Amino acid sequence: MRRRYGAETEITVVDRDNRHVYQPDLLFVPFGLVAPDSICRPRSKQLRRGVEFRLGKVERVETEKNTVHLVGGETLPYDVLIVASGAELLPEETEGLTGPGWGATAFTYYSVEGAASLSKAMEGFEGGRLVVNIVDVPIKCPIAPLEFCFLSDWWLQKRGLRKKTEIVLATPLDGAFTKPVAARMLGELLEKKKILVEAEFATGRVDGEARKLHSWDEREIDYDLLVSIPLHGGSPFVESSNGLGDELGFIVVDPNTLQAKAAPNVFAIGDATNVPTSKAGAVAHFQAETLGENIQHFLAGEELEKSFDGHANCFIETGFSKALLLDFNYDVEPLPGKFPLPGIGPMSLLKESRLDHLGKLAFRKLYWHLLLPGRRIPLISAQLKMAGKDTSLLSSTKEGVTG
Amino acid sequence: MTTVTLAGTPVEVDDEGFLQKPEQWTREMGEEMARSAGIEKLTERHWQVIDFMRKTYLDTGAAPSMRALGKTSGVAIKELYELFPKGPAKLAAKIGGIPKPRGCV
Ligand SMILES: Cc1cc2nc3c(=O)[nH]c(=O)nc-3n(C[C@H](O)[C@H](O)[C@H](O)COP(=O)(O)OP(=O)(O)OC[C@H]3O[C@@H](n4cnc5c(N)ncnc54)[C@H](O)[C@@H]3O)c2cc1C
Repeated sequence: MRRRYGAETEITVVDRDNRHVYQPDLLFVPFGLVAPDSICRPRSKQLRRGVEFRLGKVERVETEKNTVHLVGGETLPYDVLIVASGAELLPEETEGLTGPGWGATAFTYYSVEGAASLSKAMEGFEGGRLVVNIVDVPIKCPIAPLEFCFLSDWWLQKRGLRKKTEIVLATPLDGAFTKPVAARMLGELLEKKKILVEAEFATGRVDGEARKLHSWDEREIDYDLLVSIPLHGGSPFVESSNGLGDELGFIVVDPNTLQAKAAPNVFAIGDATNVPTSKAGAVAHFQAETLGENIQHFLAGEELEKSFDGHANCFIETGFSKALLLDFNYDVEPLPGKFPLPGIGPMSLLKESRLDHLGKLAFRKLYWHLLLPGRRIPLISAQLKMAGKDTSLLSSTKEGVTG
Repeated sequence: MTTVTLAGTPVEVDDEGFLQKPEQWTREMGEEMARSAGIEKLTERHWQVIDFMRKTYLDTGAAPSMRALGKTSGVAIKELYELFPKGPAKLAAKIGGIPKPRGCV
C-alpha cells in the first residue's frame, strides 16, 4: 500500500502482544528439534518504516461507525479495515480437557507454552499409548496432526521406544484428509508406519483421571499421553461486533474477493476468515495479493477482482528427513505431480522426498526474510496451476464445495 | 449417481444415498429415509434440527457442521446424538434431502 500510495496512507497494525511466532516450527518443538525461543521475534521489528505498530487488544469493531474499539476505551477510526486476527484455541470448550492431567498427561503443541511443556513430557515418555486427537475441524494447518504422528514414529524409533508404543490418530474426519486422492495416499502412509486411525471420532469429553477420551457416540480411547488439537474459534471480539462473524467467530467474507459481508470497507485475511480452504500461512500469503489489489479497487470505486481461488500449498513432514507437498484450491484436490515447474519440479507433489523436507526447513528462512517483509517468492503464483499435476487419479464426479 | 424411488417419486442420490437436488425433497421422503436409518418416528425435536439444517443449506450453500449445529440449532450436541445416533450432522442432512456435509479442509 505504501508503495502504491506513498505517505498519503496511514497504516496502523494493532496487536495484543508483541511476540510474533513462526507457528509451523511448533511442530518441531516437542521433539527437541527447535527451541521455543528461537521461533518467536518481536512484531514491531518485522514491520517496515512508515507502518505504525500499536499494542492493544481489540474489544469490538463498529462497522456502522468505521471504528475499532480497544479494551480501555481508546478508539481507532478507519477508512479501510483488514481483520487478520487469526484463530483462537479453545481447549476449555471440551469437557474435562483442561481438568486433571492437563499439562501432565494431556497437552497441545498448538501454542508455544504447550509445545514447550509437551517437549518435557516427551523427554520422560517411556512408551504406552500416544493418542493424537483432533477435537473438531476447522483447525490451523489441518495436516499438522498427521505430521505429529509421522514425527512421533520416527522419534520413538530413534529412542528404541516404538515397539512399546501404539500411536493412534483420533479424528472427526472419515479418513486422513478431506479430499479423496490425498486421503488415500496419506492413509496408506499412516498404515505403512503402523499408525492407527480412529476415524469419525467426535470427541465429547476427556476423563483426565482415567486417561480416556469419550466420543459423543460413546466410543472410548485410552491414552497414556494425549496430544490434543483443541477446538478453534475466531477471536472473541468478533462475537461482540455486530454481523461480522459466523457462529464460530470467523469473519464472513466473499470467498473470492475477501470483502466482508458486513461492510464494503472491511476485508479479512488468513485464519480469521470463514473461507473453505486450509487455515495456513501459505493461504494467507496467496490471499494477500487479492487483498492488496481489491483494497486499491475499493478506494478507486472500481469493481473488485474475484481472484482468490482457495490456493493452499503445504509441506507435510513425514519423518526420517522426508516430506511431501500438497497443492490445491477450492475446486482442485491435491494431486501427485511436480512443483513449481511441470515435469521438472524440483519438488514432488503427494510423494515423499528428501527435497520436500529440505524445502520445509528452508521455508523458515524464506519466511522471516522474504515473506514477512512483503517480497514475492519467485516461480510461485497466487493462483493454483494445473500444469505439472497428474489428473488421471481424479474420479469423474466433481468434488462438492467444502465448508 | 443413481436414481432411487422415495415416497413413490424417483430422485437422484449419491453412493451414500444423499439427495443431489434438494428441490426434489418432500417431508414424506424424509420420513422414509429416517425409517431406513432406524429412526421409527421423527419427533418435533428431530424436525427442528432437520429444518434448521435444510434452511442453513438453502440460505448459505453449505450445511452446518456438528459444532455449529450444537451452537445454533437450539439442540445441544448430547441431545443431537440421542436424536440421530452415529453422526447427527450427516444423518439430519440425509433425511433433510441436502448433499452430504463435508468437513472443512
Ligand atoms: C502447529 C502448527 C503448524 C503449522 N504449520 C504450517 C505450515 O507448515 N504451513 C503453513 O502454511 N501454515 C502452517 N500453520 C498455520 C499458520 O501458522 C497460520 O495459518 C498463520 O499463522 C495464520 O496467520 P494469521 O495472520 O491469519 O493469524 P495469526 O498468525 O494467528 O495472527 C493473528 C494475530 O491476531 C492477534 N489478535 C487476535 N485477537 C486480537 C485482539 N482482540 N486484539 C488484538 N490482537 C488480536 C493475535 O495476537 C495474533 O498476533 C501452522 C500452525 C500451527 C499451529
